[in-house]
Amino acid sequence: MGGERLKIILSLTPPLLIIFTLFFGGIFYGFLQSLGYQPAIGKYEINFSAYYNVMFSERYAKLFWTGLGLNLWVSFASTFLAAVFALFGALAIRKTFFAKTICNFIYSLNLPMPHLVVAVGIIFVFSQSGLLARLASQIGLIGSPGDFPVLVKDKYGLGIILAYIWKEAAFFFIILMSVLQSLGENFEELAQSLGANRWQRFRYVILPLVMPNLFSASIIVFAFSFGAYEVPALLGVIYPQMLPVMAFEFFLNPDLNARSEGMALSIIIAIIVMILVVFYFWLTQAKIRKD
Amino acid sequence: MNNNLKKINIYAIYLGAIILILPLIAFFINAFSFRWFYPQVIPKELSLQAWVRLKLIPKPGQRTFEGFIELWASNPTVIKALLNSLSIGFLVTIVSIIIALPAARVLGLLNFRFKKLIIFIMVSPTILPPIAFVLGLNINFISWGFSGNYFGVCLVHLVPIMPYVVLTMTGIFANYNPDFEHQARTLGANKTRTFLLITLPAIAPGMVVAALFAFLVSWSQYLLTFLIGAGKVMTLPLLVFSTASSGNPALTAAISIIFIFPAILILFFTSKFVSGESGATSGFGKI
Repeated sequence: MGGERLKIILSLTPPLLIIFTLFFGGIFYGFLQSLGYQPAIGKYEINFSAYYNVMFSERYAKLFWTGLGLNLWVSFASTFLAAVFALFGALAIRKTFFAKTICNFIYSLNLPMPHLVVAVGIIFVFSQSGLLARLASQIGLIGSPGDFPVLVKDKYGLGIILAYIWKEAAFFFIILMSVLQSLGENFEELAQSLGANRWQRFRYVILPLVMPNLFSASIIVFAFSFGAYEVPALLGVIYPQMLPVMAFEFFLNPDLNARSEGMALSIIIAIIVMILVVFYFWLTQAKIRKD
Repeated sequence: MNNNLKKINIYAIYLGAIILILPLIAFFINAFSFRWFYPQVIPKELSLQAWVRLKLIPKPGQRTFEGFIELWASNPTVIKALLNSLSIGFLVTIVSIIIALPAARVLGLLNFRFKKLIIFIMVSPTILPPIAFVLGLNINFISWGFSGNYFGVCLVHLVPIMPYVVLTMTGIFANYNPDFEHQARTLGANKTRTFLLITLPAIAPGMVVAALFAFLVSWSQYLLTFLIGAGKVMTLPLLVFSTASSGNPALTAAISIIFIFPAILILFFTSKFVSGESGATSGFGKI
């Protein structure tokens, strides 16, 4: 028994060491710095002034709260829309039809595509001189590029949302396809034979069956889009600015005092994501207990 | 009525596919055209100019075998970034598999106290955003001397990769029967032979998926490389980002095509294994 215990400890130590020193160590050190502890510039006292500055000072408060609002809006909108598109795509694509394999491949194509490339692709397609604007001009809908709506680098985060929809719809799609495949069509056929119409079969049969997977995938997508840097950095504007971009810019600021504020922001982002995940686990656990 | 609805359904799928593939089409037009001005949809002139400017294809007249070799040997930025991305990816993948193998075996086959807690700790980097740990880590790395070099970048790439490799391989070992190993051992095979002839063939398919996936996560890392590499370690995502910010569509498109090529290749080979049940799939959302 003792030998087995030693084996367990020895096997688990290397990956845990990496996670603890690099990941938790990084968070812990970032947290210390956010409290103003910066030995490099001779600051040893600990306080919450960086948090206060970021959230309530006259200089940053507006930037922070609009940024938080943009973060919530972008994450909710892109998660919801990507899930809806993927759901309809997955339901429609189950039936056999011409070029099904190719369509299936195209629908999963964005899955391994780095977010960075998707963001560049969105610029190429949706900017005012992009592919869509050119198509619109060919069929006479618009004249000059200025007539095309600002969809990229806009203050509502539309370009960012589009990029996340492109990317995450493929992720939802793969998850939904495997759930639907494992379910088969028995449930639906049964419901149909009992007289359920198309909408009823969707609402009362399919939706409840795919919901658990759809919901946990949504949490992953939401958490990711809430804290990711690349897409808003390429497709966002200076004001309002999403929080990860703001944190990064604080951090790169040559003024070393701004560093604490950058760290405070990144800790705030992490706390919000953590609250969300804990809430999700509490919700699923509560449901399991209820069932 | 029902037939019409089916037709609309199928046309909607085709439309969705066309919309989804539009960015890819735009990449190719941008990368292979010359003066593709608004409002042209189809470029008037096809050209390899972007590729010539990136020093990936020699100027017209020098496009011989020797011309290519000479150009690539002059070490253009894209080739340098490509080699960095490839070597970091390979190294990190191999190291993460070696580290994860014993841990995954223990987690998949044995039951012990705190197992759930340990799995939770292992997957925590997949939940929290990288910006939460990398800002603090960056300052530690500077004092440890890991900042601004290749080694530090490899080390920090292990953080997002480790959880997926451990998770995917734990899944493999959960369906693995170690009794075959006992049989091999009682029949006289030593530990190495048992591993090579019994264990490895059994876990190989899953391991390949984990490895491809680890490679892809490392391949697409931007923020971690940028911060820890401190501008001294150039990889493809860094090059895509800086070219895209400077606003040259043709060059951005050409580099992006090189950047996405392995991703599409990997999807092609793993599409059979990629399903909602696999631990690795959840990571695809985060590349």
